[in-house]
Amino acid sequence: MKKVKYQLIIGLEVHVELKTKSKMFCGCSADYFGKEPNTHVCPVCLGLPGALPVPNKTAIEWCVMIGLALNCEIPLFSKFDRKNYFYPDLPKGYQISQYDQPFAVNGLVNIKSEIRNPKSETNSNDKNTKTIRIRRVHMEEDTAKLVHQFGAQSARLQLPSRQYRDGGQAKRKAQNSEGFSLIDFNRSGVPLVEIVTEPDFESATEVVEYLKKLQQIVRYLDVSNADMEKGEMRLEPNVSLRSRNTTNTTNKQILPIYKVEVKNINSFRFVEKAINYEVERQKAILESGKTPVQETRGWDEKKGITVTQRVKEEAMDYRYFPEPDIPPIRWSQSQISKIKTQIPELPDKRSLRFQKEYSLSTYDSEILTKDKQTANYFEEAVRVGKTHNTSPKQISNVIINKKIDIDTILPAQLIQNILISMQTATINEKELKKIVKEILGKNQKAVEDYKKGKVQVIGFLIGQVKQTIKLSLDTEKVKKVIEKVLKTY
Amino acid sequence: MNLNQLTIKQAQEGLKNEKFSSVELTKACLEQIKKLNPQINAFITVCEDSVLHEAKKADDLASQGETLEAKPLLGIPIALKDLFSTKGIKTTAGSKVLENYIPPYDATVVKKLKDAGAVIIGKTNLDAWAHGSSGENSDFGPTKNPWNTEYVPGGSSSGSAAALTADMCLASTGTDTGGSVRLPASFCNVVGLKPTYGRVSRYGIIAMASSLDSIGHFTKTVEDSAILLNITAGHDDFDATTPGVDVQNYTKNLNNEVKGIKIGVPKEYVTKGLDKNVQTRFEQALKILERLGAIIEEVSLPHTEYGNAAYYIIQPSEASSNLARYDGIRYGNDRSYFGDEAKRRIMLGTYTLSAGYYDAYYKKAMQVRTLIKKDFNEAFKKIDAIVTPVSPTPPWKIGEKINDPLKMYLSDIFTVTANLAGIPGLSVPMGFVNELPVGMQILGPQFSEGLLFQIGYAFEQETNWYKMKSKL
Amino acid sequence: MASPRGNCETLGYFGIITKLIMKIDVGHVAKLANISLSKGEQFKFEKQLSEILSYVEKLKEVNTKNVETTSQVTGLENVTREDETKPSLSQEEVLSNSKSTHNGLFKVKAILDQ
Repeated sequence: MKKVKYQLIIGLEVHVELKTKSKMFCGCSADYFGKEPNTHVCPVCLGLPGALPVPNKTAIEWCVMIGLALNCEIPLFSKFDRKNYFYPDLPKGYQISQYDQPFAVNGLVNIKSEIRNPKSETNSNDKNTKTIRIRRVHMEEDTAKLVHQFGAQSARLQLPSRQYRDGGQAKRKAQNSEGFSLIDFNRSGVPLVEIVTEPDFESATEVVEYLKKLQQIVRYLDVSNADMEKGEMRLEPNVSLRSRNTTNTTNKQILPIYKVEVKNINSFRFVEKAINYEVERQKAILESGKTPVQETRGWDEKKGITVTQRVKEEAMDYRYFPEPDIPPIRWSQSQISKIKTQIPELPDKRSLRFQKEYSLSTYDSEILTKDKQTANYFEEAVRVGKTHNTSPKQISNVIINKKIDIDTILPAQLIQNILISMQTATINEKELKKIVKEILGKNQKAVEDYKKGKVQVIGFLIGQVKQTIKLSLDTEKVKKVIEKVLKTY
Repeated sequence: MNLNQLTIKQAQEGLKNEKFSSVELTKACLEQIKKLNPQINAFITVCEDSVLHEAKKADDLASQGETLEAKPLLGIPIALKDLFSTKGIKTTAGSKVLENYIPPYDATVVKKLKDAGAVIIGKTNLDAWAHGSSGENSDFGPTKNPWNTEYVPGGSSSGSAAALTADMCLASTGTDTGGSVRLPASFCNVVGLKPTYGRVSRYGIIAMASSLDSIGHFTKTVEDSAILLNITAGHDDFDATTPGVDVQNYTKNLNNEVKGIKIGVPKEYVTKGLDKNVQTRFEQALKILERLGAIIEEVSLPHTEYGNAAYYIIQPSEASSNLARYDGIRYGNDRSYFGDEAKRRIMLGTYTLSAGYYDAYYKKAMQVRTLIKKDFNEAFKKIDAIVTPVSPTPPWKIGEKINDPLKMYLSDIFTVTANLAGIPGLSVPMGFVNELPVGMQILGPQFSEGLLFQIGYAFEQETNWYKMKSKL
Repeated sequence: MASPRGNCETLGYFGIITKLIMKIDVGHVAKLANISLSKGEQFKFEKQLSEILSYVEKLKEVNTKNVETTSQVTGLENVTREDETKPSLSQEEVLSNSKSTHNGLFKVKAILDQ
């Protein structure tokens, strides 16, 4: 059998849950995680007869912000459409979404890739920069939460255990045999932003890089916590393989004739596993001379495989039409510009600036700008440090190497600690040893206690040494020297 | 005169001057319902206990000095089409799917009416899901026309029109998507208003076709209609399709008469299908308007003949989507409880929206809709209002058209264009054909209800058709 | 107008549409619409729907070249609400109309494909 080389082609659909206060089309609280079921529900998000949607202004603005952060064009006219299909978690029998006139189109995201591309730039880490094209960014509403009382699925129950009167396990086991599903509408109507890429990914690693970048961006924008495990960021890759040995020399961009959508990937650590499993599965089918079925498969994390979901005989016909209950959106250029000004300096740009402005390495800059809080902390510390001649490099080292808890140590305190450690560096070890011996000589009882095993007495000894040497000392250093000397006694 | 035969205006006076109480007024209506509803089947639900309770509360408020300015409808019994969500009161949409559904909330209009002091006497019968022009598509039995119980009262707001003309209430509400207020109003000798689309909030009213549904009402007189619109009209935060246009006082200009008002008669409405007797009545009505000083001109609405076809694509398309929520999980029965007409429209709409057909049907219809709207805009540049017969025929016999859906759809040809264009229409009685009522509709530009009332009032006061009562 | 049974080349676009609607796959449409029909109902609806569709076919007589679509008649744009929370229904109210609930949740027959 001729060994064929396959090229992996992946397109991604990512859903990001916005952390607005209220839902997309009604005033119910959007903070549903872990809440008592069906308590954040109103006629609108329950789909009661007669209810009507009114869109959330902030959600729309945040969607545009995301689009701008992904370098998209923002069309000045946009509208909502109905996507019609039946499912128990879809109360109206249609989802209000966007079809042909979404809020943002044609953007791009740059990610690091391990795949060498002679055309793209290389940076000092020897990795390439790859551009992922964003096809569109649009708004839609989330569905209700379905919990299936079948095997592994029920483990994903996100209900507080207190809602079972006798405590969870016993009851759940009984329900398994009956076979039913339960629906909680607290999540129904929560705002979602869907980000669709072109099929530009060539490896699972690239997908992970992209997800991390996307997560970082929306966290910087402060529009979503994007925690995959909580369902705040969801991924649906479309995976295909294309033979590299194509005899078609005219069109190198021919897409594969099938694609498989993979659902149910609920954490970062499964992204690579799921995709790689799927790739192997498809490879095996192709190598046997067949074509993989175009379908939707679900990732089963317990078994580590993808499984067929119900294969639909024909493609879903969503019968999209413009949402008659919601007037369209027409932006003015100045409104878009205003939203743009609300975008903070994004991580890539910030990292580059750190490198330039603070003479930091790429590696260090990227760590410092990984999340906005750390980056802000660093810059505040630099600002304070200026008056004390503490360099950005010093500050950067301390934050990165000492793994400072930025929530408990204020930047000003950090600078103090750095200054102290600077000063303590000047004391001569020989000098210190001499003084330690003197102190030990004056505190025979303490030495005996230490020898007997009362090691805590060393604190007292350290205090004595510090009192004697009126400079501020590095406690750890003093302790080590004392211990060293005590060993010789 | 019995209390239940009063108009709202008369009842307001009587209550204010303590000639009678709301409880007495309400009891009179309830007795009429007891007497005639078994025959007419205008009501699905009669709120006997709660309405008397509300009436008593209204009387208490009145005796404490509550004024007409604060609560214009204090103690007035009103019936609601059973599409209007009423908290705690069964709301069925005329369908077995919702035969036991009790909404946990009030529609905005219901809230407004209640806040104005109205007492809710019951929920009226209708073609299920507002799918119909005769009242025969109700899952709870057809409503009969009180003027001749072998004939249809018109639909889909059949019960509301019948209840009012039979003096079972002093006013009733309806919805008009393709004529469902104007048609039954014309068949029952009452005044029916289809306001401008968006003038009255749709929140809480079971949707038929979202871009066409207009929330209207039935009254015995034009003045009463204006009184009611003063209360129901206005922007609603819960309905994104209600413009922030100010609500004028619609009763203010009623007496302004029609001298010099240019009224257009579209030549396309004198078609082959127009019943000779209806045409005669209509021409008489035109003469009266002329006599009153109006200037009657011929106008053209060239795309009239395509209105019905466009309507019967757009409406089922939207309705099929609006009915998708009825899956029996959160409320109601499952979809097997849908009646024939509902199934037909759902499937028609699903088909016209489906892949491969969207452009040929729905998109095409939306384009024709633009042309129909343009027709009206052009016409209103030359004239102030348009009048036409509401229906090409007088009321037909029950059962006559029920087996031929297409024939039934054709009864809407004069009314659907107003819904496609989003303009208001007022149906006023214009006489009788073989002792069955027929009506004339007055159409105007968006938000011209004041003008429609003005014309309607002048015509009504001149003709006094509203004073006639059915033999029942 | 070409006869509906003519061949595709002479019919052109409109003719093809006519040909298509003469036979509606009612079974397929009913599935899409989540409605179950008996064989008798399928037959009845096919006939009725065909008639209605023949009637609305009338629209192809209208020249709509370069005509914009009207999906809303209000002319409104940019209607939104502030991101504020409002009171929700109580759990009891939410569940009040359902025949099948369980511990504060709606209960349905097991859904197998997710």
